[in-house]
Amino acid sequence: MGFMNKLGYLIGEGFRSVFTHGFMSFASVTIIIACLTIMGSFSLLAVNIDAVIEDLEQDNEMLAFVDETVPDDKAKAIEPMLTAINNVASVKFVSREEAMEDFKDEYENSSIFDEIDATVFRHRYIIYLDDIALMAQTKADIEQVEGIADVSAQLEISKGFVTVRNIVSAVSLILIIILGIVSIFIMSNTIKLTTFSRREEIAIMKMVGATNSFIRTPFIIEGLVLGIIGSAVAFALQWGIYSFVGEKVMNSMANIYVTVIPFQQLMMPVGLLFLGVGVFVGLFGGSIAIRNYLKV
Amino acid sequence: MVQMDKVMMVYENSGTVAANGIDLVIEDGEFVFLVGPSGSGKTTIIKLLTGEVRASDGEIFVNDFNMRTIKPRKMPQLRRTLGVIFQDFRLIDDKTVYENVAFAMRVVGASKKEIDERVPYVLELVGLEGREKRLPQELSGGEQQRVAIARALVNSPSLIIADEPTGNLDPVKSLELMLLLEKINELGTTVLVVTHEKELVNSFSKRVIAIDQGTVVNDGMGGYYSYGIHE
Repeated sequence: MGFMNKLGYLIGEGFRSVFTHGFMSFASVTIIIACLTIMGSFSLLAVNIDAVIEDLEQDNEMLAFVDETVPDDKAKAIEPMLTAINNVASVKFVSREEAMEDFKDEYENSSIFDEIDATVFRHRYIIYLDDIALMAQTKADIEQVEGIADVSAQLEISKGFVTVRNIVSAVSLILIIILGIVSIFIMSNTIKLTTFSRREEIAIMKMVGATNSFIRTPFIIEGLVLGIIGSAVAFALQWGIYSFVGEKVMNSMANIYVTVIPFQQLMMPVGLLFLGVGVFVGLFGGSIAIRNYLKV
Repeated sequence: MVQMDKVMMVYENSGTVAANGIDLVIEDGEFVFLVGPSGSGKTTIIKLLTGEVRASDGEIFVNDFNMRTIKPRKMPQLRRTLGVIFQDFRLIDDKTVYENVAFAMRVVGASKKEIDERVPYVLELVGLEGREKRLPQELSGGEQQRVAIARALVNSPSLIIADEPTGNLDPVKSLELMLLLEKINELGTTVLVVTHEKELVNSFSKRVIAIDQGTVVNDGMGGYYSYGIHE
């Protein structure tokens, strides 16, 4: 039997096994779907929470006040020095006149500030950061810039965001690891059950002189087929669940604070991850699980 | 050819001594009965010859393979020179009669053409023509054992080892099966039949090796009873 002929036979055997061991195939695929969907749902929840926090972080700004002694024309010239600072995402110049208008707008129902003079205010820069976790360091850097008198930063709030983000990341990572371990445990047991029911078949193959690779290949192909089918179905299911829940959230009051990332944006990484897990589980199931039965 | 020199086999877990200095030689073309009571060490000898277990001491040669030094990757090559038949047939349930036999040829890399020529010939030899598409569970015990014999024969092994091949068959079918093995032996294949069925052994005038407590207690031509083995 030529190599291609032999390979064709072994691949055919792998596919045939998927159907001849229908119940076990169904059980394996179901387990893969369940594990992937549960893990996928938690991962997507974590991604969305992270995105919401990131959005809120973006709104957290710093104010850098220009020294009163700096002439008006020089005040605007500070901008390049600010943007050059590490961790500064963008800066926006606000003149003392604009600041006064903003202030009056804020107290538009009160007449006591009507006569206020613009000289009371200072020119200032609104500064947005890349990472608010580094806010304290960035504040210190900005204070070093010549012409900047003072920097106002809500360090407590930034610390709060960083803490929340760290907790969410840690909790979701722990959950994903626990679910991952549970999934691998369930899957390996299902695979063991499948191979246990076929240990006689493996023993017969050994007895007629089959090499380990000859025995293993159909199992690997079978595992691969089941893994890919499982991941494809799980992907479709995940899409459905995510879209359904996402729509519910967006149609509820929560949409004031929360924006659900469209599934289309996450499709590629989710699809690749599912496929990767499916292929890994298939290969794992096909090769590792029958190892004990090959030692005869 | 099979050669065992002072073979010892002690199972580490239980400490059971299953072979206690066994010496025997089976020449090519012989038909040999290996007899003995339950627990005498017959099955251990089969396992030693097929490489399922390794001897604790002594030398074993099977078809020029040294069973003490054989590497695991060489084991398939040894097993391709053997045809093994079991009491419980050990057929693959979801493969047809034809596929069960053809499978053994695929394992050794035979082409489809070779398989298509050889399998029908062997099935005819064991009297299973017309049963090719049946599944094992659709056959009687005797027929299933014939499939197992066909599978053992299909790669033209130099040694057939039959472990209690008639254990699940009635006396008539048992005799038929032994006649079939005798016919295979006449065609040049060495046959080693492990059994404890005295009447069957006594029906044939063949060499009988008697084992008791892991030792060869008798070796010669003739019936089982003549050597005074007690169960």
